[in-house]
Amino acid sequence: MNLLGNLTWSAIPFDQPIIMGASGGMILGIVFVLGWVTLKGYLPYLWREWITSVDHKRIGVMYLVLAMLMLLRGFSDAIMMRAQQAVAAGGAQGYLPPEHFDQIFSAHGTIMIFFVAMPLVIGLMNFAVPLQLGIRDMAFPTLNAVSLGLTASGILLINVSLFVGEFAKTGWVAYPPLSELQFSPGVGVDYYLWSLQISGLGTLLTGINFVTTILKTRAAGMSYMRMPVFCWTALASNLLIVAAFPVLTAAMAMLLLDRYLGFHFFSVDGGGNAMMYVNLFWVWGHPEVYILVLPAFGIYSEVSATFSGKPLFGYRSMVAATMAICVLAFTVWLHHFFTMGASASVNAFFGVASMMIAVPTGVKIFNWLFTMYGGRIRFTVPVLWTIGFMVTFVLGGLTGVLLAVPPVDWQVHNSVFLVAHFHHVIIPGVVFGAFAGYTYWFPKAFGFKLEESWGRRAFWCWFIGFHVAFMPMYVVGLMGMTRRLQHYDVLSWQPWLIVAAAGVAIIFAGVVCQIVQFVVSIRAREELRDVTGDPWNGRTLEWSTASPPPAWNYAVLPRVTGLDAFWTRKKLARVTQGESAPAREYEPIEVPKNSAIGFVNAFFAVVAGFALIWHIWWMVIFGAFGAFIAIVLFAFRNEEEVEIPAERIARFDHAHPAEVTL
Amino acid sequence: MQRVVLALALICAATVGGCSEGVLDPKGPIAAAERQILFNSLGIMLAIVIPTILATLGAAFWFRASNARARYMPDFAYSGRLEMLVWSIPIMTVLLVGGVAWVGSHDLDPPKPIASAVKPVRVQVISLDWKWLFIYPEQGIAAVNQLTIPVGTPVSFELTSSSVMNSFWVPQLGGQIYTMAGMTTRLHLQADHPGTYRGASANYSGEGFADMRFNVDAVPAEKFAQWVDTARSAGPVLDAQAYADLAKPSKAVAPFTYRSAAPGLFNGIVNAGMLPRDPSSIPHHMSQRADK
Repeated sequence: MNLLGNLTWSAIPFDQPIIMGASGGMILGIVFVLGWVTLKGYLPYLWREWITSVDHKRIGVMYLVLAMLMLLRGFSDAIMMRAQQAVAAGGAQGYLPPEHFDQIFSAHGTIMIFFVAMPLVIGLMNFAVPLQLGIRDMAFPTLNAVSLGLTASGILLINVSLFVGEFAKTGWVAYPPLSELQFSPGVGVDYYLWSLQISGLGTLLTGINFVTTILKTRAAGMSYMRMPVFCWTALASNLLIVAAFPVLTAAMAMLLLDRYLGFHFFSVDGGGNAMMYVNLFWVWGHPEVYILVLPAFGIYSEVSATFSGKPLFGYRSMVAATMAICVLAFTVWLHHFFTMGASASVNAFFGVASMMIAVPTGVKIFNWLFTMYGGRIRFTVPVLWTIGFMVTFVLGGLTGVLLAVPPVDWQVHNSVFLVAHFHHVIIPGVVFGAFAGYTYWFPKAFGFKLEESWGRRAFWCWFIGFHVAFMPMYVVGLMGMTRRLQHYDVLSWQPWLIVAAAGVAIIFAGVVCQIVQFVVSIRAREELRDVTGDPWNGRTLEWSTASPPPAWNYAVLPRVTGLDAFWTRKKLARVTQGESAPAREYEPIEVPKNSAIGFVNAFFAVVAGFALIWHIWWMVIFGAFGAFIAIVLFAFRNEEEVEIPAERIARFDHAHPAEVTL
Repeated sequence: MQRVVLALALICAATVGGCSEGVLDPKGPIAAAERQILFNSLGIMLAIVIPTILATLGAAFWFRASNARARYMPDFAYSGRLEMLVWSIPIMTVLLVGGVAWVGSHDLDPPKPIASAVKPVRVQVISLDWKWLFIYPEQGIAAVNQLTIPVGTPVSFELTSSSVMNSFWVPQLGGQIYTMAGMTTRLHLQADHPGTYRGASANYSGEGFADMRFNVDAVPAEKFAQWVDTARSAGPVLDAQAYADLAKPSKAVAPFTYRSAAPGLFNGIVNAGMLPRDPSSIPHHMSQRADK
C-alpha cells in the first residue's frame, strides 16, 4: 500500500514555467508575509484578535481580505485568457497550450463565483447586518467562525491545485460526462469538487446563521417593516443559500460517487443521464446569481438613500421586489439550457418566467432613480459605483432578457455573447456593489475614510475598462465565436479580441488604483480620521456607534421607533437640542468568548480534502476524525462567554461620544 | 455616459454593416426568423432602457448637492402613482417580449419540420472526440468535418454524441442544439443562398474543442447530386471497425468522405449509450479518451 495514495513527484509540473513561476511567487509571498508577521511579533496578536475571533465585524473583514486576494488570482487568470485570445488567431496557437488554457478558464469561473463574489457579499453582510439590526452579534457567533474557516479551506485547496496536480479542465460548471472519470481521469475535477463541497458547507452554515439572526434577534422595536433594506436583501439572499446550496452539494456528491465508487448517476453508460446534473447544477446556479446580486442591491439602496439625503423611495415596493426575486429565482433555471432539446412549451414557459424577474429588478432601478430625485446628491465614491451600476446594469439586463427568448438563445448560447452578458450583470451587479459597500463601510470598520481621488480613479478605470473589455465580446459573439476557444481560425474576430484585451488592461489600472488607494489611506489615516462615527450623515443604526465599533457594538441596545432609525433619532435630537440627555446607566455585557475551533476545523478540513483528492485513505480518516473530535471537545467547553465590566463600557462610551450625543 | 453611447454605437455598427458573417447575416429562413426576433425584442427593450439610462444620468446630475436650483425634497419617499408606473412599465415590456418569446419558441421549435414543397435531406450528426461525422442515410455516404447540403432544401438533422456533450451550431443557418450520448436531438435548417458557412461545436468538450469546426457547403441541387456521386466513387467504407477507428480521439482532422456508410450505424451509436460498461458488449466504442 502506498502511503501517499496517488501522490507522486510527477504531480508537480516542474516543466511548466508559467505554473512554476506563479506558484513559486505565491509560496514566496506566503512565506514572506508569515516571516514578517512572526519576526515583528504580530503572531500572538493575530491569533488572539483575528484568527480566533468570533466577532462578526472581524469575521466580515477577514472574508473581505480573502475575497480581495482571490480577486487578484481570478483576475490574473482573466488577463491570461484575454492575452491568449488576442494572439491565437489563424494558425497561431498563442502561448498557452489547451491543457493549460482549459484549466485557466475553469479556475477563473470557479474562483470568481465561489471565492471572490461569495466572500465579498458574505463579508459585507457579516460586517453590517448585526450592526444595522442593532444587536451585539450573530445568532451563532462561533459557527460563523467555522463557516469562515471552511471557506478558507476551499480557497486553500483550489490554490494548492496550481502547484500539486492540476485543476479541472471542464469549465466551471463541470458538466458530465466530461467531468466523469472516463473523460477526466486526473485530479483536477476532484480538486474542484472537494474545494466546493467544503466551502459550500461553510456557506450553508452562514445561510442558517443569517436567517436565524435576522428573523430572531433584531433590536427592540425593529419590526420587519422597519428593517433596513440591506437586511431585507441579506435575508432573501440567505434564504436562497439555505434552499439552493444543498442542491449543489447533492449534485456534486452524486458526481463524486460516480468518480470514486463507480456509480452511474451521470455517466454515458449504465443508465446514467448527464441531463440530471445539468438541471441540478442550475437549480442551484440560477438562485446563486441572486444570492450574489441581492445584497449588492441592498448596498445600492443604502448608498443612494444616504448620499441623496432622503429615505429610500418606495421602501415597501423594494421589499416586495426583493422577496419576489427570491421566489422567482427558483422558477427559471431551465433558461441555461434551452438548447438541450426540451419541448417548445417548456422552453417558452421558462423563457417567460425568466423575463418576469426583470419586473422586480426594473422596479428597483426606478426606485433608486426616484430616491435620487429630489435629493441632494453628494458624489462620493460609493455614489459613483452606484450610478455606474445603474446605467450599466440595465443594458446587461437587456441582453439577459434577449437570452431569455429561446429562439435568440439558440443563436447566442455558449457564444462569447453569453460571456459578455453575464459579466455585464455580475461585474456591475456584484463587484461594483461590493466596492461601493467597501468604501461606504470602511470608515465604520477602521475609523478613517478611504482616500477619495484614488477611489475615483479606480472607479473610472473599472467603468471604462469594463465597457472596452466586454462590449467587443457581444460583437464577436454575434459573429459566431463560441466561448472557451484556445485558438480560432477566423481572423476578423481578432481586432475585437485585441480591444477586449486592452479593456482588461484598463481594469488592471483600476485594480492598481485600488491598491494605491488602500496604501495612501492608511498613510494619511490621521487626516482621514472620523471621530463622530457618522462620516456620511447616515440613516441606519450602524452609524450611531463608534468607529470602529467596540466588541459589544452598542453600550446600550437601541430601541427602534421607525424606519431609518438613526436618521429619526438625529432629527429628534435637533428638536430637543439643549435639553440635557438623561444619564446613561451601564450594565456589564457578555460577549462570546474567542475560540480556535474555526481554525482547527479548517485545518482538518484541508487535510481531509487533500487526502480525498489524492486517495490517501489513512489521512482522510485522520482529517475527518480530527474535525469530529475537535467539534465534540468544543461542545464540552464550560465557558462560552466573557463578561465585560460596566465601568470599561462606560469608559469607552465617554471616550467615544458618538452614541451619547443622542 | 459617453461609454454607454459608445457601447451602443458598437452594437449598432455590428448590426448594420460591420458583420458579414454570423448571427446577423442569416442565409436561411430559420436564422433569418431568429434574427428578426432578436431585433424585435431588442427594439422593445431599448425603448425602455435608453430613457431609463438618460433619466438616471439626468436625475443624478440635476440633483447634485451643488445645484442650488434643484428642489430638495427630503421626505419624498412614496407616491402611489409613481409606484403604479414603476411596476407597470416593466410588466408591459415583459408582456410584449414574453409574447414574442412564446410564439417564437413554438414557430421555430428545432424538431419542427420546415414547411416546404421540396423533400428534405436527412443528415445524421455524430459528435466525436474532436470532430463531426455526418451520415447521409438516404445517399448511403458519410463525411467528416464537412457538411454539403443542397440550397433551398430543408435539412432534417438527427444528432447524437459518441462521448461528451457538444453543441451543433451553424450561426448563419440557425440556432444550435446539444448532442448527447445515448440520446437523439432533432434540428431543421435550410440554406437559401449558395455559399460556405462556418459551423462549430458551441459546447466545450475538452482538449481538441477549439478545432471542432466544419464548413457547410450549400450548393445548388445538381451540384449536390454531383457531390454525392463523387463521394460514392472514392474514399473508405464506414463500417463498425472504421467507426471504432474514427472514434479515437484526434484533433483538427482534415475533411474527408466515406463512399458508403453501414445502415443502422447511427442507431447503434445511440443505443451504445444505454448499455452497461462491458467492453465486449459495446458494438461501437464510446470513446478511448481515457485509454490514451
